Amino acid sequence: MSSNDSSGRREDSPAYRAYRQSFDQAKLRDVPFETMSGVAVEPVYGDGPYPGQYPYTRGVYPSMYRSRLWTMRMFAGFGTAEDTNARFKDLLAHGGTGLSTAFDMPTLMGRDSDSPWATGEVGRAGVAVDTLADMEDLFSGIDLTQVSTSMTINGPAAIILAMYVALAEKTGASRSALAGTIQNDIFKEYQAQKEYIYPPRPSVRVVTDMIRFTSAEMPKWHPVSISGYHIREAGSTAAQELAFTLANGFAYVEAAVAAGVDVDDFAPRLSFFFNSHIDFFEEIGKFRAARRIWARWMKERYGAKDERSMLCRFHSQTAGVSLTAQQPENNIARVAIQAMAAALGGTQSLHTDSYDEALALPSDKAARIALRTQQIVAHETGAASVADPLGGAPYVEWMTDEMERQAEAIFAHLDDLGNGSILEGVYAGIENGYFVGEIADAAYRFEREVNAGRRIIVGVNEFTDGDSSETDLLRIGSETEDYQLKRLADVKKRRSEESVTAALAQVTEVAADPTRNLMPPILDAVKAYATLEEVVHSMEVVFGTYVEKAII
Amino acid sequence: MINDPSALYEAARNGHRRSLGRLLSLVERAGANADKISELVHGDTGSAHIVGVTGAPGAGKSTLVGELVRLLIEQGRKPAVLAVDPSSPLSGGAILGDRIRMDGPAGTGDFARGRDTEPGIERQACFIRSLATRGHSGGLALAVPLAVRLFDAVGYDPVIIETVGVGQVEVDIVGAADTALVVVPPGMGDAVQANKAGLLEVADVFVVNKADRPGADDVRRDLNLMLDLSHMTGQESKDGYRPPIIMASALNGTGAAEVWDATEAHREHLLSSGLMAQRHRNRVRTEVRARMAQKLTTMTESILSSSTGSRVLDDAEAGITPPTEAAALLVAHMVEKAENQQ
Amino acid sequence: MSPTNESGAASEPSAPHLRVILAKLGLDGHDRGLKVVARILRDAGMEVIYLGLRQTTDSILAAAEQEDADVIGLSMHNAGHMTLAPNMINALRSAEMNIPVVVGGIVPDRDVQPLLDSGVAAVLGPGASADEVAAIVAGVVSRQAS
Repeated sequence: MSSNDSSGRREDSPAYRAYRQSFDQAKLRDVPFETMSGVAVEPVYGDGPYPGQYPYTRGVYPSMYRSRLWTMRMFAGFGTAEDTNARFKDLLAHGGTGLSTAFDMPTLMGRDSDSPWATGEVGRAGVAVDTLADMEDLFSGIDLTQVSTSMTINGPAAIILAMYVALAEKTGASRSALAGTIQNDIFKEYQAQKEYIYPPRPSVRVVTDMIRFTSAEMPKWHPVSISGYHIREAGSTAAQELAFTLANGFAYVEAAVAAGVDVDDFAPRLSFFFNSHIDFFEEIGKFRAARRIWARWMKERYGAKDERSMLCRFHSQTAGVSLTAQQPENNIARVAIQAMAAALGGTQSLHTDSYDEALALPSDKAARIALRTQQIVAHETGAASVADPLGGAPYVEWMTDEMERQAEAIFAHLDDLGNGSILEGVYAGIENGYFVGEIADAAYRFEREVNAGRRIIVGVNEFTDGDSSETDLLRIGSETEDYQLKRLADVKKRRSEESVTAALAQVTEVAADPTRNLMPPILDAVKAYATLEEVVHSMEVVFGTYVEKAII
Repeated sequence: MINDPSALYEAARNGHRRSLGRLLSLVERAGANADKISELVHGDTGSAHIVGVTGAPGAGKSTLVGELVRLLIEQGRKPAVLAVDPSSPLSGGAILGDRIRMDGPAGTGDFARGRDTEPGIERQACFIRSLATRGHSGGLALAVPLAVRLFDAVGYDPVIIETVGVGQVEVDIVGAADTALVVVPPGMGDAVQANKAGLLEVADVFVVNKADRPGADDVRRDLNLMLDLSHMTGQESKDGYRPPIIMASALNGTGAAEVWDATEAHREHLLSSGLMAQRHRNRVRTEVRARMAQKLTTMTESILSSSTGSRVLDDAEAGITPPTEAAALLVAHMVEKAENQQ
Repeated sequence: MSPTNESGAASEPSAPHLRVILAKLGLDGHDRGLKVVARILRDAGMEVIYLGLRQTTDSILAAAEQEDADVIGLSMHNAGHMTLAPNMINALRSAEMNIPVVVGGIVPDRDVQPLLDSGVAAVLGPGASADEVAAIVAGVVSRQAS
């Protein structure tokens, strides 16, 4: 018997009354919160703790989507900075509310477009950024104080952030007005995405420098987006995604605290990034468990006092790895379901994949459909009217508990590995191949199930009768690479070599001194138009280069 | 590419690496080609220092070998590495992953080292071959010694054999080297594990990896204790030579150089004491014995599946002849056939 | 075991295990598929020389030469296949090494024939089953030998 009846006992519960008190103070969107048929619905049903109440299982804010829908943040970035700039403006005009930047592989790995490693890869997986000049082109005509920008980059994140800040200052904007996120989650690189540069410990130093810098100077900026998306894409289970991500989060907390920052000074600006995969109920359970676990650990283990330190706010992205190349239009259905899971799971921000993304970077049409999918979920389905609508359902509550249980087992293992420190446990797990091994095993197990036909993937091992019509794929020509090489050469010609050399020497000097913050000298270097690779290298000489010990 | 051992051998001696790669494959497959290779290399061997490197999985052997190779190249040597990886007992296949853990010399790590180094030079100066434990007719015990002699004959020196020290065969292989390095990680009980695997008896040099970690001193202490014990019980028969324990740590700068110094020192000891010649003789003896055993096994299988063999086996299975008599019958038959063949 | 005649002499070597190099060229860091293929081929009885991420045509050639590889498997994502795969073919040709190359990963249908035309021996689609993967890899080797 659920206590849905709004005239029943629930109204007497202190939890509900406290919830209503907070809720009533929230500014709501000016839309009818009714079903399609005109039936008014409550903001929440069932039992507490309610959204906005510790441990936030049911949602991080009392009024959730009634106040503000999740941010429809569509990833963009390909070709030259100019091309991406056009796509940005397009998305903003179509109603997207946040900018999300993808960078090309050379940029992600800290290499310039003229590096021998960049051949054939410039501008393909995202936008090429070699110097501040590219950043200027990327955001040309966009008021940085009016948008929230997310930058998906990790190894060279400090340098890219510095370029963004330098650009803002050039346009007269103040650092403190800049809102956005930089992914900057280096742990998951060693575990899954493999876009690392330096070894783990010096990399964490760079991350903590960025945390200190943004704490002091950029209060609206999220300096780390602790990511599970890639871990999941690499083949982990949902529980592993959940546990490895939160453990990485705990590790950053320990690192920042060890670097002298008070937990409540930075934890409020940490955010998360999860995958939204195709097993609908498992995902919703996972999201709810994430909130519950983070809150509990932050409060009980790390002594956070500020409520905002305990909120697991997250961006999510529909699972790229679930998209099939066979019968790609089916992916529209998959993405819609995954978007629904994310919304019902209480995400703060969402990227929906384009249906052709299994094959190439999304075409304009596909990218638009992906955005429309979110808009349909938000405005047509009623999913945004009631917070945590599946809360209280026996299956969903059980799933939440189960995800939590499995995650806690993994935390215990890491705690053990690290002799009581999750940070040390994560370092050890990277070193001994624990994360990589678990992920590879899970990936292989899944593959075998699909192979054996025990796990059905529509269009792949069942229902394969379909249209193999050629979808219009976006192709990046080599003009991008040619253009970028010319641009880079041009910048190098026009800049002052002495300034660059001096600035780089400063970076190296500060890198060698762990008590000093790397952000200021990096800012100076990018302002002098040092290239990405030059700045990376100036730190590499001190930190060394990471070579993975491959676990197959 | 042709499979003519003579032509390939000549090309390999002239520096053609692909021919050497093919020769090694012929060695693995055993048979007439491998026998021919054994004849060809005879007389060209004897100069290389044969070094075995072993230890439990995860001890860091491959990384150490990679560092040694780099050091040796810097010193102007021409090292070869035979990296033995276990095959799957179920499928017979294998994932040979030692190569990439050696970083630069094996070619990986190009990306990490791309800015300042010239990997091409390293690659020309060393040769790294991965071997699966089951990839050979006749077994590892035959393929490895011949592969080693081949490297020696073609001019590689030192020849490093890397194995996981868990099976008797692998331990024996390392034990047959001139100098055996045993790598031990600083975990709880690792020294004891090394002893259990029989590695203590073959070790000429111990390397405790990641010696800056907690537990490293315990391992050293345990190893010393066990060495003391074997000295007391008289098990130690190495002419007063006590294997040094190198505490290798990237943090305190002790590593490949110290390990190699100890390896060279051991070689000096072998030469000055006359034990080197004995090691060579032992190797030859072991190989001859192994080949005899393999030939006998092959002959046994052949006899068992012959018509005579089937008849005798049928009788034994029916309980008519006891197994001892059946075996005696078949051995006599085998000897008779062999004599008739002469 | 070697087939033998009754005197016990080995008459010919037995069928060797196929030796397969698995690698990724370029910067891309997605190795989930490559690792799965490594296990598939191992389970099919092959010997996999796993080179993994961020290889160059040079490093692959060096390994192919030293390991006497029968086939080279390249995993491609990030749309680099039309540059990287032909690079590998050309490098092999220049080195006069006649080793077949199989490409797997994300390859749009319309690029399959051009890749084959450039000298790639086979292209493995994303839906290939474990058996298909093993069969195709073994298949290109026997085609090469004949």
